Order: sequence, then C-alpha cells, then structure tokens
Amino acid sequence: MLRKVRIALATLFFLSILWLFLDFTGTAQQWVGWMAKIQFLPAVLALNVGIIIGLLALTLALGRVYCSVICPLGVMQDIFAWFGRKAKKNRYNYSPAKSWLRYAVLAVFIVLIVLGIGSAVALLAPYSAFGRICQTLLQPLWIWGNNLLAMIAEKVDSYAFYREEVWMRSWPVAIVAIVTLVALFILAWRNGRTYCNTICPVGTVLGFVSRFSLLKPVIDTSKCNGCKLCARNCKAACINPEKHEIDYSRCVDCMDCINKCRQGAISYTIALPKKKAKADASPASETPADQDRRAFILTSSAVLATAAVESQAKKVDGGLAVIAEKKVPRRHTKIVPPGSLSIKNLEDHCTGCQLCVSECPNGVLRPSGGIVTFMQPEASYERGYCRPECTRCADVCPTGAIRPITKEEKTAIQIGHAVWIRCNCIPLHSDDTCGACANHCPTGAIQMVPLMHKGKEVMAPAVNEELCIGCGACENLCPARPFSAIYVEGHEVHREI
Amino acid sequence: MEKINRRTFIKNIGAGTAVVGAAALAGCEGKNNPLVDSTSALGEIPTDQMTYRTNPKTGEKVSILGYGCMRWPMKPKEDGEGEELDQEQINRLVDCALEHGVNYFDTAPVYCQGQSEKATGIALARHPRDSYFIATKLSNFSPDTQTYEGSVGMYKNSLKELQTDYIDYLLLHALGGNIGDFYHRFVDNGVMEFLMKEREAGRIRNLGFSFHGGKDGFDKLMELHETYHWDFVQIQMNYLDWSKSFDWQNAEFTAEYLYKELEKRNIPVVIMEPLLGGRLAKVNEHVAGQLKQAEPERSIASWAFRFCGTWPGVLTVLSGMTYMEHLEDNLRSFCPLKPLTEDEVAMLGRMAQEILKYPNIPCTACQYCMPCPYGLDIPGIFAHYNKCVNEGNMLVSSADENYRKARRAFLVGYDRSVPRLRQADHCIRCGRCLEHCPQHINIPEQMDKINQYAETLKQELEF
Repeated sequence: MLRKVRIALATLFFLSILWLFLDFTGTAQQWVGWMAKIQFLPAVLALNVGIIIGLLALTLALGRVYCSVICPLGVMQDIFAWFGRKAKKNRYNYSPAKSWLRYAVLAVFIVLIVLGIGSAVALLAPYSAFGRICQTLLQPLWIWGNNLLAMIAEKVDSYAFYREEVWMRSWPVAIVAIVTLVALFILAWRNGRTYCNTICPVGTVLGFVSRFSLLKPVIDTSKCNGCKLCARNCKAACINPEKHEIDYSRCVDCMDCINKCRQGAISYTIALPKKKAKADASPASETPADQDRRAFILTSSAVLATAAVESQAKKVDGGLAVIAEKKVPRRHTKIVPPGSLSIKNLEDHCTGCQLCVSECPNGVLRPSGGIVTFMQPEASYERGYCRPECTRCADVCPTGAIRPITKEEKTAIQIGHAVWIRCNCIPLHSDDTCGACANHCPTGAIQMVPLMHKGKEVMAPAVNEELCIGCGACENLCPARPFSAIYVEGHEVHREI
Repeated sequence: MEKINRRTFIKNIGAGTAVVGAAALAGCEGKNNPLVDSTSALGEIPTDQMTYRTNPKTGEKVSILGYGCMRWPMKPKEDGEGEELDQEQINRLVDCALEHGVNYFDTAPVYCQGQSEKATGIALARHPRDSYFIATKLSNFSPDTQTYEGSVGMYKNSLKELQTDYIDYLLLHALGGNIGDFYHRFVDNGVMEFLMKEREAGRIRNLGFSFHGGKDGFDKLMELHETYHWDFVQIQMNYLDWSKSFDWQNAEFTAEYLYKELEKRNIPVVIMEPLLGGRLAKVNEHVAGQLKQAEPERSIASWAFRFCGTWPGVLTVLSGMTYMEHLEDNLRSFCPLKPLTEDEVAMLGRMAQEILKYPNIPCTACQYCMPCPYGLDIPGIFAHYNKCVNEGNMLVSSADENYRKARRAFLVGYDRSVPRLRQADHCIRCGRCLEHCPQHINIPEQMDKINQYAETLKQELEF
C-alpha cells in the first residue's frame, strides 16, 4: 500500500515536472510551476526559508521521501532501475556507506557555491541534471511531435497546434546532458541509487537529517528469517541483513522492502534513533541553512561562448531572397534576462537547470558555454528579441536567479543598451533608406538623425542610452546580416529607468 | 479524357453513397430514385463545346479561355534545395487543355522565376504547332536588357525556349502609366522598329502590349495606335475593377474605360487577372452565399470568368491554372460560355460593392515585387492578411466577442504561412517594391499596418 502511494505520487511529480520542462507554450507553468520551486537546491539558492524548513521537516518526519517522490532525477533513476530489475531479479546487495566520498563531495560542493563556480554546481545538482536532459534531449522530440500535430492541424484548418522551431542551443551542454544520462542509466540499471547516495549533495544533506526521522522502515528481528530478500531488492543498498540494520541516511523510503518481505517483518513505523548514531554526528554547521549566498564571483571576464552551431536548414525557392543567418556579435558584457537583477545575482543563484531556456518562446535564452557560468542562461538576439509581453523566464525560475517581474516592470528594466555599428548600417553603404531599428524600438530610444556620409546626407540611428532597455528589437530586426548594424551590450547590474 | 474519368471514378468511390445506376439521369424529381450518381451532378466536360472568338486581323479562332502560364505547379527539387516546375503535371494540364479546345497559351520570360517559357515550350512541342497560339512578352525590366541587343536577345531566347520560329502574340510587357518608360524601353533603343519588321516578316503574327498604369499613359498609347497599329491589348479586367478606378486621381479610369476605348478602335482585348489572383474565388461568406444562391451548381470563380467572357470585344480570358481542378472548373465555365444577363451583371456590380467593403489588400500574388531585397514574402503576408479578413477574423476592437479565437487564428496562421524572418516586421521601408506593383499597393505602408496589428495582438494591447 505504502509503496503504491509512493509510486502514484512519484509518477504525478515526475510527469508534471517533465511536462514543465517540455512545454513551450507557458501552460505547464501555471499548473505545475510550483513543483520546480519546491526542489531543494533551487529553494536554498532562492533563500526560500519556508520551503527549506518544510522539506527538512518532511524528511525529519518521514525520511527521504523527497528523494523518491519529489526529486525528478531520483524518480528517473527508479525507472531505469526498474528496467534493470526486469533484466535480473534480486540484483542488489548491501554495501557499506561511502561516507568519506559523500561528505567530501558535499564539502567541495559547498565550497564551489561559496566561490560562485556555478558550472560545477550545475553539473552536480540533481534537479539541474534532470533539467538539462529534458531540455536538450527530450524537448526536441516533444516539439517534433507537436510539429507533426501542427501539420495535421494545418491540413484541417485548425489552430489548436502551432509549429515551433527546434534548434541546438549549445553543443557542450548537449554533450554533458548525454554523458549525464548515460552515466545515470548505467549506475541506476546496475546498482540503483548509487548517484543519490554518493554524489548527490542534496541526498547527503537529507540523509543526514533522515537518520533522525520519526517514521522509518524497521526490521522486526523476531519475525525475520534471514532470507535477505529485502537487502537484495534494496536499490539504495542500505539494508544490512546480517545485523538487521538499515542505514537511514541512505534509505529513500521506497517501501520496496516492506512489500518484498514474505514474513511481514519490515514495517514503516516510529522508531527512536539508536544511541550509537550520536557518535558520527557531524557539526551542525553543515546544514543547508548555512549555505548562504555565494559570496564571490569571478567578475565577468567577457566570456563569449558561441559554441552553438546554427543548424537551421534554409529553404530557398528562388522567388524569395536568401536571408543570411545572423551571427552572435562579440559582447563585452553578456546580457542576462530582466528580473535577474545583475549578472552576479544570476551567477550566484542559478543552478543551470535550463527551465528558463526551455521556456523562452523567442529563441533568446541559451545556456552559456563559459567555464564558470557553464549552463547558466544568457541572452542573444539572432532569432528573436526579448519581447515586451513576455515574462516567462522570470515566472518559472525556481532559484531566484531570475526574480518574478510583471510586464509593466519589464518595460522599465534596463538590461543593456544598444550600440550602433557605423560600418554595417544599410543607409551608409547602399542607396536604401532604413529606420527599422527606430521603427521597432518599444521605448522610443532610437531616432533617425541626418548625418553627412561621403558627401551626402543620410539618416542614421541615434540611440538614447538612457531610454534604451536592451530588449534587442533593434538588433534582431536590423536588416544588416550576418552582423547587425546595431547590437546590445549587456549591463552588469540592471536598473530601472 | 481517360484521366478525368478516373478522377470522377475516384470521387464516386469517395462519396460512398449507393449509386442508382441509369436512373440517375431521370433527375431529382422522381420519388423512387432520389439518389444521383455524382458523375451526373458534376457533368462530363464536353470536348467540342469551347466558345471561340475571332481575331479581326487574322481571322483565327481563339478560345475564350486562355491558359496563363504564370502559375505553373511546382514540386520540391530532387536534391531538396528549393522547388522547380513540375513538368509532368504541366504536360498533363496542357494536354487536357488542348483536348478541350483551349488554344491560347500566354507566358513570359520572367514567369515562374524564368522557367515558364521553357516548360511551356516542352509541353506544347508535343503537339502540332498549328493547334495552338503562343503569346509571350518582352520583359525588359532590368536595365541590362533595355539595350537593343539585350531586348532582341531576350526575344530570340523566347523563340528558342518555346521551340518555335514564330510568335503568335507578342506583348510589350507591363507598360506603365509613364509614357516615357515606353520610349525608354522600346523606342529610343530601336527595339520597336525591330519588332515591326519582325511582324512584317511574319515571325510576330500579332503585336500588342500588356498594361498596368494610369490614364495618361493609356491615352497616349491609344494615340500611338496610328503609328504602331496594336493588334491586341492585354488589360486587367474583372467585375471588381470594372467600375473601380485603377487610379485614385481619376475616378473614371476603370476597366470599363479601358475596354470601351479598345472596343472603339476595334482592338481585340485579352483579359488578365479575371479572378484577381484568386481573390474573386475566395470571397467573404456573405458574397459567396449570394453567388451560390444564384447558381448553386457553379463555382464562385465561374462568375468572374463569365463576366469577362460576356463582353464581345474580348478575345480571350487568361487564367493561371495551377491544378487540374482549376482547369476543369474553368472548362465548365467556358464549354460553352453562357454570357451573363444584364441582371446578372448588375448583381455582380452589387457583389463588387460588398467585396470592397472588406478591407482586403488588392494583391494578386503576381510576384512582380519579388524578391524583396530584405527577404520578405510580400504576397504571402498579404495572402494571410486577406484570408483573415475574409474569414471574419480581423478584429475591430479587443473587446470583440471572438477576440481569443481571432487572435490565435491570426498569429498562428501568420507563422504558418510566412516564416518569421520573412514577416512584415522585417520591412525597412526602402520602397524598392513600389514601382513594381501593378496594383499600385503602397506595400511598405501596408506592411507597417499589418505589423502594427500583429504587435497589438501579440502584446494583447487594448484597442
């Protein structure tokens, strides 16, 4: 019964979060957006005390149910392990805890957070790992499926589905996602929850709490006949059948052992912690409450990652002019989305889960390829621009890296400013007049002014940096290709104008 | 004919209804045989009923339906890069047209991105040369073809591509409102003199021009009839333009005016844009309902064709038929032509007023504005806009009852019909398209209007 409840809840959470990552229409966010916000590490980075206390209290009461229900990566591993068990029954064995590895990884993790090495954090954090697998590997499949439906809808004149473009945002991130997926698959297939009980920093922290939990699976030695069936079906490898002991720091409360035991010797019940547990209690300073904001960052060293290879195939039918693909300009300061307050704030809080990237409907956000900021979002305007009506990235961000903003607030947040590149500007080197940037500027920050160029008067854009919010409409809609004649420089600290 | 039989056969199967064999012909009155086989509903297209008009100069009989070769079917290229003309389909269309009596084929060097003449030539060369008339044009639009050598070279190339040593109808392509343009393209460089000699030599059987322009230019060209003896003139005519001026400065400069001027001089008239690029086939529901009520078994497009054919001075009515069903439908309208009655002409006049109430953009998708140097798909954008207008999905206010539905239809349909990179927001108002538009649409202004509308919907602004 308990196992069924666990599976039902886990399925609900897993599918919802999966949907959240796959969805590109903004619907999922309204229904299940909260499920991303109750993830442990994002809540820590968002300094969301309520959720942290809630999760710790949950663990203290019920054990690590978080790991088998709420954490999507945990559930994903359970799915892999389930296939593993199909292939070979009773495949697990008890193994002693690798405490030194767990605590070492946790310590390194905390140090990295404090140092602001977001890339390392994103690599280790479970929720982020799940996010990048979904965004880079599964979302394209989802969108292709959607496009098929859109094609059918178009045939029958329905507007129920619309086409969405699939594009490779970053090869390095895709490779990391594939490596993560393959590694997790092998580990989970063979040994169940190895990742959760050795590498995962959230697992280590919750494991520390869960050993004191109120409810836990307990072996009734009077009923046990020593068949070891429980141990051989424990995906956390935490049941020591010789000593009739369960390592509660590793148990994820999957309830499988309760079901497996033919003697009914295991029950999920209240048990007081044994006295010897006190001996290896670590200092309280390692609890997550102390994981404060990352203190420092290596200030923006103009990391320009243009790893993304544009893979869109161009359709040419002769009647239409060929349009050269826009290229990413070199920006001295990168652009981060409105709501992120500053580059530092984003780097301090972002876990690189790719949720904002997968949500961005305008092709603006993509994961950074920088070493320190690897997988954290940054903006560029080759495919679209940061449209005035959209606040999707801010709506979904669970970590506070991008704070919630309203549309009205957004129109006044300056995330960068436009810079004119004289030698690319169409009116200066052709007979055509232009003004696309000025026509499309939502804040009226650009006006066309007369300018003497090679002996004739031409109209060229003049940017009022005070009014410019850096949305990139000008850069995106500039007819100059592959490099626009006007582009946006990011600001390290955002401000209201 | 065999192909058509197969088509109708397939339709029969598709209908899936019980077929009451021979009794079908008895009509719908009989109580005992209420079901009619669909073949008799559509009717076989006769092969010997085409209406012909006589060219007063040569005495030759020209079919009232002329084949416009500007909209031949395309198919994806084998290497996947873009599209090319579907020669197999073109051959089928040409065969079917000839079989049913169509004998006038109108092409131009610039049609179908320069591929039309060749494809038309291939399809026609499979039939005896005296079974059809070829019309092509001198499309010397770009400056490098406006020299004597350039223009004559273009003409000679047309002969080669069309696999013939004479042209039945040669047109000076798209003379505009500015008469200076005519002198520049054809007179000053000696091309007109050359063409007159070719006409004397019999290599050009009829010499004329196609016209897109203002009243002044047209009147001057009519004066020049004394000099050049235009054998025919091709004009834009349809029941919308019949009484609607082409020129906002001259309210009386209508298709009726053009037609009457030509009729007065006994110059045969060739009609282009009888359907306005399909616009008069895709009319709004209200107009469609009334036309169907008047002739429930005829297509909406048939009214536009019959309207043009009704005028006796018309030599042939061109239709750019891309698909077999276009051809079949037009053949039904013209085999034979049933001229409109006065009442019916008056009704179409009322329909024209109805259609003009809708804010359509009068684009006929002729593609003369293309390619836009900045990559816009101008006809595609207009087609989407007009579709929304006709389907009643154009909102007047954000408080409209159908706001959500119409918003989605406009935005989703926009992305479907035009890639984002080719949408109206990429117009920089360079204005290079302006001089090319035969319908005199202020393209940049319309682009701005459409973009404003799209932005209003995207941002869900109140209006």
